[in-house]
Amino acid sequence: MGCTPDHPQSTFNVAGPVAESQLTLFYWILAAAVFVFVIVTAILFWAVFRYRRKVDDKDPEQIHGNTKLEIAWTILPAIILVFVAIPTVITIFDNANSPCTYEEGCLEVTVEAAQWFWNFTYKDPSNPDLEVMTSNEMRIPVDEVVNIKLTSRDVLHSFWIPNIAGKLDIVPNHVNTMWIQSDIEGEFYAQCAEFCGIAHALMSFRVYADSREEFNEWMKLQATEASIPAEPLALEGKKLFEGEKQCYACHKVMGTKARSNVGPDLTHVASRTQLAAGILDNTQDNLRKWLEDPESIKPGNKMARQATVYTDETKKLNDPEISALVAYLQTLK
Amino acid sequence: MANLNTTHSEHEEHTTTGLNNRKMLMWAFLGSDCMFFAALIATYVIYSGQIVGGGPVPEDVFSIPVTSVSTFVLLMSSMSMVLAYSALVRGQIKNFQIWILSTAFLGMTFIGFQVFEFRDFVLHGLTPKTNLFGSTFFVLTGFHGAHVTLGIIWLLSLYFFSLRGGVTPERHLDVDLAALYWHFVDVVWIVIFTVVYLLGVFPGI
Amino acid sequence: MVSIPFPVVRPLKPVGIWGWLTTIDHKKIGVLYGTTAFILFLTGGVEALLIRLQLAIPNNTLVAPEVYNQLFTMHGTTMIFLAIMPLGAAFFNFVIPLQIGARDVAFPRLNAFSFWTFLAGAIILKMSWVLGGAPNAGWFGYAPITGKIFNLGHGIDFWIVGLQVLGVASLAAAFNFIVTIVNMRAPGMTLMRMPIFTWMTLITSILLVLAFPVITVALIELMFDRTFGTVFFVTSGGGDPLLWQHLFWVFGHPEVYILILPAMGIISEIIPTFSRKPIFGYNVVVLSGVIIGFLGWMVWSHHMFTVGLGPIANSIFAITTMLIAIPTGVKIFNWIATLWKGSIDLKSPMLYSIGFIVLFVIGGLSGTMHSSAASDAQQQDTYFIVAHIHYVLFGGSLFAIFAGIHYWFPKVTGRLMNELSGRISFLLLFVGMNITFFPMHFLGLDGMPRRTYTYSSEMGWDLWNLVATLGVFFIIAAVLLFLHNVTRSWRKGEKADSDPWDGRTLEWSIPSPVPEYNFVEIPIVKSRDDFWEKKRSGDTSEIELNLREPTGDIHLPQPSYWPAFASLGMLIGGFGLVYLLDSMLGLLAAVVGGMIIMISIYAWSFEPVNDPDVSGHH
Repeated sequence: MGCTPDHPQSTFNVAGPVAESQLTLFYWILAAAVFVFVIVTAILFWAVFRYRRKVDDKDPEQIHGNTKLEIAWTILPAIILVFVAIPTVITIFDNANSPCTYEEGCLEVTVEAAQWFWNFTYKDPSNPDLEVMTSNEMRIPVDEVVNIKLTSRDVLHSFWIPNIAGKLDIVPNHVNTMWIQSDIEGEFYAQCAEFCGIAHALMSFRVYADSREEFNEWMKLQATEASIPAEPLALEGKKLFEGEKQCYACHKVMGTKARSNVGPDLTHVASRTQLAAGILDNTQDNLRKWLEDPESIKPGNKMARQATVYTDETKKLNDPEISALVAYLQTLK
Repeated sequence: MANLNTTHSEHEEHTTTGLNNRKMLMWAFLGSDCMFFAALIATYVIYSGQIVGGGPVPEDVFSIPVTSVSTFVLLMSSMSMVLAYSALVRGQIKNFQIWILSTAFLGMTFIGFQVFEFRDFVLHGLTPKTNLFGSTFFVLTGFHGAHVTLGIIWLLSLYFFSLRGGVTPERHLDVDLAALYWHFVDVVWIVIFTVVYLLGVFPGI
Repeated sequence: MVSIPFPVVRPLKPVGIWGWLTTIDHKKIGVLYGTTAFILFLTGGVEALLIRLQLAIPNNTLVAPEVYNQLFTMHGTTMIFLAIMPLGAAFFNFVIPLQIGARDVAFPRLNAFSFWTFLAGAIILKMSWVLGGAPNAGWFGYAPITGKIFNLGHGIDFWIVGLQVLGVASLAAAFNFIVTIVNMRAPGMTLMRMPIFTWMTLITSILLVLAFPVITVALIELMFDRTFGTVFFVTSGGGDPLLWQHLFWVFGHPEVYILILPAMGIISEIIPTFSRKPIFGYNVVVLSGVIIGFLGWMVWSHHMFTVGLGPIANSIFAITTMLIAIPTGVKIFNWIATLWKGSIDLKSPMLYSIGFIVLFVIGGLSGTMHSSAASDAQQQDTYFIVAHIHYVLFGGSLFAIFAGIHYWFPKVTGRLMNELSGRISFLLLFVGMNITFFPMHFLGLDGMPRRTYTYSSEMGWDLWNLVATLGVFFIIAAVLLFLHNVTRSWRKGEKADSDPWDGRTLEWSIPSPVPEYNFVEIPIVKSRDDFWEKKRSGDTSEIELNLREPTGDIHLPQPSYWPAFASLGMLIGGFGLVYLLDSMLGLLAAVVGGMIIMISIYAWSFEPVNDPDVSGHH
């Protein structure tokens, strides 16, 4: 078959109950569809070959219809559809109602989608005093229900982790809710699934399902303020970030003067595996490439089109400055 | 599009159903126009009460007595339209001219009320840009007003045409179609008046 | 005699370009519709080709992201509004009056106006490519990305105005065909004796009349947002993006049936003819068409299963959507039953029709898969959906249109298309269509979202994207061969007689090509498949009469300048609306356009359909 479960966004490689119920339903309907297709085309082709016109053909009998047949082929599909409709409705309701809400003691993550990145705000009843807000990387505890609240800052987006759950759109002026759960530890790909502008194709993120202990550790780390770098190059970078280059005007690094949320949160950017919303591995090289020319990596992004270091030739970042910024950002673990 | 082919029905063609082609066209158009106003009214209803960022709400600007008068004027115009048509079929061209002119005049009075009302709302700080109420209200009633205006132009055209002897009892269909349109626009206003004005000010009923 | 206030000399028997510009002959207008729409279909194909080339390999840089977004928007808009709909209209125009035994449509000048206005709308939409950028928000233009905040250029304005103008054209045509079919039938042709294609045209026209005003309102609201600062879809002002989606799909789902019902009608003509059997279960086929048209209004939210309407709404719309599978299935069973025990001649129209059934069954079944809202959460907005729409619109509508072109070509031109070319192009199209679109099912289930201009190779989407792109070349070969066949056969094809396929309906009882007056004597219809019955009964006197030259003078409506002139007003006014705020020129164009329309309507109103002076004394 054409679908390969080991592709990162395959809907066949299910890791949790929501995706699993959707796949079961899919197989069920697929079976019905294949059954119908085989029968219909078999009869069609049989008829076409059996009754091909011969040279000396007389007019065939002029049959105008048959009421019994009409009734039969109205009722038969209806019966098949009943067997599709019942599991459909059951699954719709199962997937709509969270088995464990925030009030019942399960984690809640508020997702804010923006052109073209993601913010995640955590409310965890198990860690009630930790305030965690992060960008572009989502971590969840394995085997636990996670409640998702979806909000949009600008246009339509859609929240989709194919291995874990089907998508739900993110609609401005609406708060949509869903629940997800992963039964497997590991890395999962997620992607915006509703057209949201020029860089729609590049609006992804990664989800990591960790053990509860690892997850708690991560929560603690994310709740801390950024460390102050010791190395001089990194310190130089911090100065540029908070000063002349005005990175602070759009980004947040907790514990520093950078507090804006126009762009993604960078407090613990170095702890993430990806850069620029799931499209680059978080390496020194890639970080440098990103700072050198963000437009070439993610067309249309606000930094490339609005930050003066990219719009104003005279304020352009030079090589040493980029090195310093890279060094600084890499200390934000 | 409604007043195409208004002058060439000397000999009515034979049709399958016996209904005149132009009349059926008019009905189809009005069915379509129904959906047009249904969508506009639906937008208004869905957005009613959803005011973000302040600005006047229906209770602040509507004056039911004033709009009741303009509604009455429009209703009366429908009556005079009926009288115009019946004068025509009875062959009383002079009376027809009087009634069709008064229909147009009543329509213009209604539009006058609407202009006055719009101006008053703008003075109260409500424009199409102010909030969702402004946007939905002005676009809905504005398009209704545009329909009335087209109707007035049509009625006046018929009047001037009749001065040259172009309107005769045999060609009553020309007037019949205009009347159909005029009554339709009138009925739409009744719905708007109820949904927008009355329910806007007395949400309980 | 009433004086005519616009003393313009009426075109008498214009020839050449003026003949086409002023024609009100439904057959010529049908040909104009067909050729114009086919050219636009080719432009939509070029847009599709660029999309497929960009996606052939991962991380491709052939097409810039912004251009890519314009390409898929224009491809969808073009194929739906500028290709499939007007190609359907071409058949309505050419075939309907012939099938119901009429000399023309009810409103010949309105018909000409429909065509020229369609052309105006097409020009407005397509000119966006060279006037600063095409629309870029997808063919359903979801708010709020179409708003001024996110979309400064004029692309969206061209889209709005273009669709509005096309809407006027479609509405005018739909009014015309409703009246024509209801009121212009030959004596004896009761509703239940009408050919199925005529029936489906009637249902389609009714759907159009009721559905188009809804999108008109949505577009007006969007236009007012962009031009006059209203806040219908401005989220900071409380505007609700879901309102746009509801309005769009209340129109959009009937629109899907507007695209497929004429196709089903064409198939329902061809299968009986080439099986030499009447359509099986005529009443049921008609009724299922009516039910599809009716249910089409109750399923719009299945396009919105993932927007968060809640489990109750999703369940209801899932079930209503599944219900549509029943009348659709009934139609397919009836076509197969028509073939059963028939005398089947696999000429190219029939091959396309059988191809239609196979592909439409696949598209219908994947549609049923989407109807399961829970499972659809994985499929919505992926290439699985792209595969589905192409199976129903390409495999469905377009295959039927190709079938119809091969079928009625001799009636239009008086010549037969080359059969061998027809078969080869069918085979290429069928194979290419499946190579291109079947892999998209896999891509969608593998998690590839639609409307993405690039993908990285680690996603595992390389293979099927490449295969899909290769399939396009089969489609190109098929279309080129088809074009060659059409243009060659038109000039040099084998001469066709009046009834080359042993047809069943009235259009085959008159000469090919059809004379200007259609019927010498309007036939008196005594049964369904009246022509077939008369042929087989041996009483051919009436048929022979219609193959002769007319003895007396047949009075036909005269050509007119005004329809095309009114459409010119639409074109100028349309450009004016796009540039309304930019300069005085925009406002001026809008006013001039409006005045041209007003003048035309007056002149038109005072111009008799049958001018006794013109036909009597010259």
